[in-house]
Amino acid sequence: MNLAYRDIRHSLGRFLLTCVGLGLLLGVVLAMIGIYRGLVVDALTIARAPAIDLWIVEASTRGPFAEASRIPGDTREAIARIAGVESAGSITYQTAEAEHQGRKLRLYVIGHEPTRPGGPPPLLDGRGIGQSHFELVADRASGLVLGDRVPFGRSTFTVVGRTINNVNSGGDPAVYMTLADAQKLQFDLSPSASRVQRARGATPAGRDTVNAVVARLKPHASPEGVAETVRRWKHLSAITQEAQEAILSQSLVDRARRQIGLFTSLLLVVSAVIIALIIYTMTMEKLKQIATLKLIGAPDRTIVAMIVQQAMALGFIGFFTGALLILNIKDYFPRRVILEPDNVLALGAVVFIVCLLSSGLGVRAALRVDPATALGG
Amino acid sequence: MSEAIAQLVRVDRISKHFGEGETRVDALREVSLEVHPREVVALLGPSGSGKTTLLNVIGCILDASSGSMDLDGERVIENGSWQRRDLRKLRLDKIGFIFQSHNLLPFLDATDNIAIVLQLAGADSKAARRRALELLDYLEVGNRGTSMPATLSGGEAQRVAIARALANKPRIILADEPTAALDSKRAGIVMDLLRKLANEQNASIIAVTHDEKIFDRFDRMFYLRDGRLESS
Ligand SMILES: Nc1ncnc2c1ncn2[C@@H]1O[C@H](COP(=O)(O)OP(=O)(O)OP(=O)(O)O)[C@@H](O)[C@H]1O
Ligand SMILES: [Mg+2]
Repeated sequence: MNLAYRDIRHSLGRFLLTCVGLGLLLGVVLAMIGIYRGLVVDALTIARAPAIDLWIVEASTRGPFAEASRIPGDTREAIARIAGVESAGSITYQTAEAEHQGRKLRLYVIGHEPTRPGGPPPLLDGRGIGQSHFELVADRASGLVLGDRVPFGRSTFTVVGRTINNVNSGGDPAVYMTLADAQKLQFDLSPSASRVQRARGATPAGRDTVNAVVARLKPHASPEGVAETVRRWKHLSAITQEAQEAILSQSLVDRARRQIGLFTSLLLVVSAVIIALIIYTMTMEKLKQIATLKLIGAPDRTIVAMIVQQAMALGFIGFFTGALLILNIKDYFPRRVILEPDNVLALGAVVFIVCLLSSGLGVRAALRVDPATALGG
Repeated sequence: MSEAIAQLVRVDRISKHFGEGETRVDALREVSLEVHPREVVALLGPSGSGKTTLLNVIGCILDASSGSMDLDGERVIENGSWQRRDLRKLRLDKIGFIFQSHNLLPFLDATDNIAIVLQLAGADSKAARRRALELLDYLEVGNRGTSMPATLSGGEAQRVAIARALANKPRIILADEPTAALDSKRAGIVMDLLRKLANEQNASIIAVTHDEKIFDRFDRMFYLRDGRLESS
């Protein structure tokens, strides 16, 4: 007869309640791991979306995401002529608010040239921008659907296509429009600032500035080589895609990432301590029964098996409850929660090891107990 | 049967002390006694006199500081050290315990509380349950076979515990205040039962008791005072 099973069955309600409690805790740990992953991936999506090789930005900046960058709109033509560059496109980024059906939407507006690099990644539904004005490709996270009409600045845009999981590092959903529309929007949204600048004569180029030029290279061209060529223009700087991703994950979300990372580790430690405590208490409550077992002649392995099996059962049921819970609710989080099988398995392994170690603690107490304890009172 | 191996329990000048120096307690001082098959004997004495300690030494739960002990003709303690390593096996084969509080495993029903000792001794689960039911019938609690210990009355639980003590047909049965939790009628029934066992299984029964109502049920009584045996 399996003593672990019989004991659990005897106090099933309590055991299951403990499992569910542990499951909730492990669910939170999994959620944190998923949020951490989501943050890192989200930070990179915007930079990965145009699928390009080189970013050309304002000299001595690490733009356009980590630092502000403004370059003349005609830069693109110069870049496109460099040997090794296959195509290049101008691009602008700005955060803007729009009102839709009484809701304020905070959006990350990306202006691009539809026939050149810089456009959205493969679409969820609808089509890319086909006209030169007033069309939008919006991310699903914005809540907009095909055909929605959104007032932006002084114009009204129509949603013609949708992307998925395309948000900036702050979690704002991306919307794509033509470069011309985006530049006009920039001007519309901050007329006073622009007017002040123009009065000062600070921006002689007027409205035709962009935040970056993105370039796709020919198959055999070296990104570093082309970047070197670009840097000869004193007012420009070039960042390879690889370097851009490093900047994004290291500087832009680094603090948030470390914050969540630290919190996740703390949660893991707390869970480990709680699992250890539960299993230890479970054993301590049974010490008298264990003494009785010893007294009636049960060998150590019977007792050890009982403790270890119960610890494992607790760990497994708790873990699966937690995993099931998170897999079912992860899409309701406001920001992306990414659970890769390897993270889930790693946590499973950690839970397994913690259960094993803490049952070791219980086993130690159980093996030490004097069979004579069963006799007293 | 020769006189030399006629005793089932032979305790020879066993001493046991706890602690050292200032805190030293001499719980047993050179205690010697012999118990024969079919004998039901009592261990009496004031609180703290060493009754439980003596029972634990005989039950191979506690080691002795000095002296020797034989159980069923086998040397178990010599000059205060164990002569056998697998004491749990020895207990499983030869010794049955009846506790003051019944100490049944709360998560097994009455039958399985008995069957587990049979299984530990190597019986397969079907045979174990069959024999467990027989034992419950024998102790007239056969109708409570599937009850959990928490639902048994004190007397029923005690009888299930006795059935467990008997499961492997031990030759030596040790009981620490077996009737303390029972009224005098039930105490009498338990004592009758122990007597019947001693006779039918050729066993020795050693019971610690304070219970004057049952003094007349014993063949012999040993009085302990301050760890010393006074008379028998
Ligand atoms: N594990 C131990 N450590 C230290 N001293 C102990 C231990 N067990 C018993 N003693 C001491 O040994 C002496 C004998 O104890 P024992 O339990 O054998 O008495 P008893 O006759 O069974 O008493 P009671 O009638 O109260 O059960 C007591 O003084 C007790 O304090
Ligand atoms: Mg006692």
